[in-house]
Amino acid sequence: MSAYNFAYLDEQTKRMIRRAILKAIAVPGYQVPFASREMPMPYGWGTGGVQVTASILGPDDVLKVIDQGADDTTNAVSIRAFFAKTAGVKTTTATTEATVIQTRHRFPETNLGAHQVLVYQVPIPEPLRFLEPRETETRTLHALAEYGLMHVKLYEDIARHGHIATTYAYPVSVNGRYVMDPSPIPKYDNPRLDDCEALQLFGAGREKRIYAIPPHTKVVSLDFEDHPFEPTKFEHPCALCGSTMSYLDEVVTDDAGGRMFVCSDTDYCETRQREGHIGHLNAAAPQTCPEAAE
Amino acid sequence: MNTPTTPLLKASGLCKFYGNRAACRDISFELEPGEVLAIVGESGSGKSTLLNLLSGRLAPDSGRVDYALAPGQMRDLATMSEAERRLLARTDWGFVHQDAREGLRMNVSAGGNIGERLMGIGNRHFGNIRETAQVWLSRVEIDPARVDERPTAFSGGMRQRLQIARNLVTNPRLVFMDEPTGGLDVSVQARLLDMIRALVAEMGLAVVLVTHDLAVARLLSQRILVMKQGEVIESGLTDRVLDDPQAPYTQLLVSSVLAA
Amino acid sequence: MTHETLLIVAGLEKHFTLHLHGAKRLPVVENVGFTLHAGECVVLGGPSGAGKSSILKMVYGNYLTNGGSVLIRHKGEMIELTDASPRAVLEVRRETLGYVSQFLRVIPRVSALDIVAEPARSAGLTMEAARARAASLLARLNLPERLWGLPPATFSGGEQQRVNIARGFAGEHAVMILDEPTASLDATNRAAVVKLIEEKKAQGCGFLGIFHDEDVRSLVADRIVDVTGFKPSVQGEAA
Repeated sequence: MSAYNFAYLDEQTKRMIRRAILKAIAVPGYQVPFASREMPMPYGWGTGGVQVTASILGPDDVLKVIDQGADDTTNAVSIRAFFAKTAGVKTTTATTEATVIQTRHRFPETNLGAHQVLVYQVPIPEPLRFLEPRETETRTLHALAEYGLMHVKLYEDIARHGHIATTYAYPVSVNGRYVMDPSPIPKYDNPRLDDCEALQLFGAGREKRIYAIPPHTKVVSLDFEDHPFEPTKFEHPCALCGSTMSYLDEVVTDDAGGRMFVCSDTDYCETRQREGHIGHLNAAAPQTCPEAAE
Repeated sequence: MNTPTTPLLKASGLCKFYGNRAACRDISFELEPGEVLAIVGESGSGKSTLLNLLSGRLAPDSGRVDYALAPGQMRDLATMSEAERRLLARTDWGFVHQDAREGLRMNVSAGGNIGERLMGIGNRHFGNIRETAQVWLSRVEIDPARVDERPTAFSGGMRQRLQIARNLVTNPRLVFMDEPTGGLDVSVQARLLDMIRALVAEMGLAVVLVTHDLAVARLLSQRILVMKQGEVIESGLTDRVLDDPQAPYTQLLVSSVLAA
Repeated sequence: MTHETLLIVAGLEKHFTLHLHGAKRLPVVENVGFTLHAGECVVLGGPSGAGKSSILKMVYGNYLTNGGSVLIRHKGEMIELTDASPRAVLEVRRETLGYVSQFLRVIPRVSALDIVAEPARSAGLTMEAARARAASLLARLNLPERLWGLPPATFSGGEQQRVNIARGFAGEHAVMILDEPTASLDATNRAAVVKLIEEKKAQGCGFLGIFHDEDVRSLVADRIVDVTGFKPSVQGEAA
């Protein structure tokens, strides 16, 4: 469509955003302010991620967009369609084929490689916001690496629930310097951020911040010596592909309280099923008392 | 004469102006380790401004404040980096506000409030932090079983005691107090004052205490500065200044209250 | 027993300037002079209003002096108190110069025993030794043992005064100022106080005091200094 500049944003805007991205890569975990533009979608729908994607996308890139792991939700479908239309790039749902993956609230199950970039959509980039509402003060806290407050938040969790009850947007320390909100990914994904081969970029449109984790950067989840960080563990395998190595969503199947647990990463799950892995509630599975299964 | 001591804090020629009005004019004094100094005067006399200048919360227009980071090693607050000043403020100093809501995190449990300084200096053991918080709750006469409750559930007197515990947990050498008993019932005030007096003696704390209440100054302080319109108009031993006031304004202050 | 000089008061002068009453100048005493030796009790005599209490307060540093000198033997050296720094005055009060006032300044929530033990603690005794000394003093002053653990706020005037005296005698001060300590005591307890003073004198402690009670005064005083001799000549005239 010649009515649009390639990937929607004008070249000056993309340059400005690329400068912010370069700075973010140079200072891992540091929130770089940028002049976020109005996008043809509401805040909360990934305006930050879309601007980052638009700025790094080239004609040869292959784009994948996921929303909580799924390629087929409204948000993922719209953004994929948006770039297919404004940039004419090839899109895919296969993690391995993609060179740029924009994500909302998940890290794909499949390991990412050096040729790939993961772009996170971020609603609230400031991890200290919960306890310190003043932006001037949180900036000072970051500048001086005064992160006691972050542990106060985890302390409160343990005091109230007996364990660290934060299960998503679990704060991490990046490269031993900045404490960062990894966006609302489940804490299950946190270990994946550490020493990742792919470049990880984070865009917050409403809050006008970009930050980054360069490849092979040390990312540590904050914790206490006597309450160490533990990724979520699942008691069940995926009902569809039988995987015991993936993050599961709970799906309610009927009005009688029936539910099942399936991979949140649809591409991963479908790939496994194609490869012959069959879960206990999969229609292709041998029918043994499905009602008894949880 | 006598045992030579080195000052902990030294103010030299401190001035602060708001437009043409001097909030503090040419104020100099030394504070020794373990000494309790009261700054008295009525509202608007500049005593709170002075407290903010001394604690590095406000920069003076002229003059300087030196603090002994280690015995004999005086450092001008103005030449310290912000990081150094803030580290000092949350380890070696305390600041007790009149309004406990300013000095506490109201949406954080008592344990979290006390533990914040410990976590700020790298303590990463939940059990130890919580235990230390409970010890401090006992020391300020709050039932340790309430360690997980938020200050919103506490009375005014308890909040003030919690604020003190939060400040003392790192064993500071110097605590600034801004009308610590203001706004509390008389019976609550007496208990708080007695607790402060005991803690100051036990821990050998130096205190700069701003108060308009001469009875509070008499009970807690050894030395007093009387301020009026931004200037120190009289200073000396607390009992000397209160029993034999020299300046007209001090005589007025002393005669204006019931037996202090 | 040594007779070294503990205190030299010379040319001491005091007047009050009442700024709230048109800066009226109220002369109290002038040219006050006396000395106090170890093991001696000097009593200030004269009618009330003659300035006896003011002299005690100047010696203690509680009142500012308008002239003259107070030299006190502190750590083996005679030092000037009238222009000493607040910190120096506090040190002298802690280690050398004690004061027993007419009334106990009650500290809320602290037991009688600990109020009495406090000066002994300051003098360097262990808590145990300080409390033992406090207990012995309270016993000698006939304060019922059931009261020792209680804060004296609710005690009678006489009981509070005995706590006050015990506190005054619990430290290791070489010079003690007594401002009518026996005023509210009965004969038995007055005798107990006299005994305490005599014991301290025998240890070389010097006393400077005011006693309105003739009996006590005649028992403890080695010399009486009549303060009427320090009456200011004319109001407003310099000494």
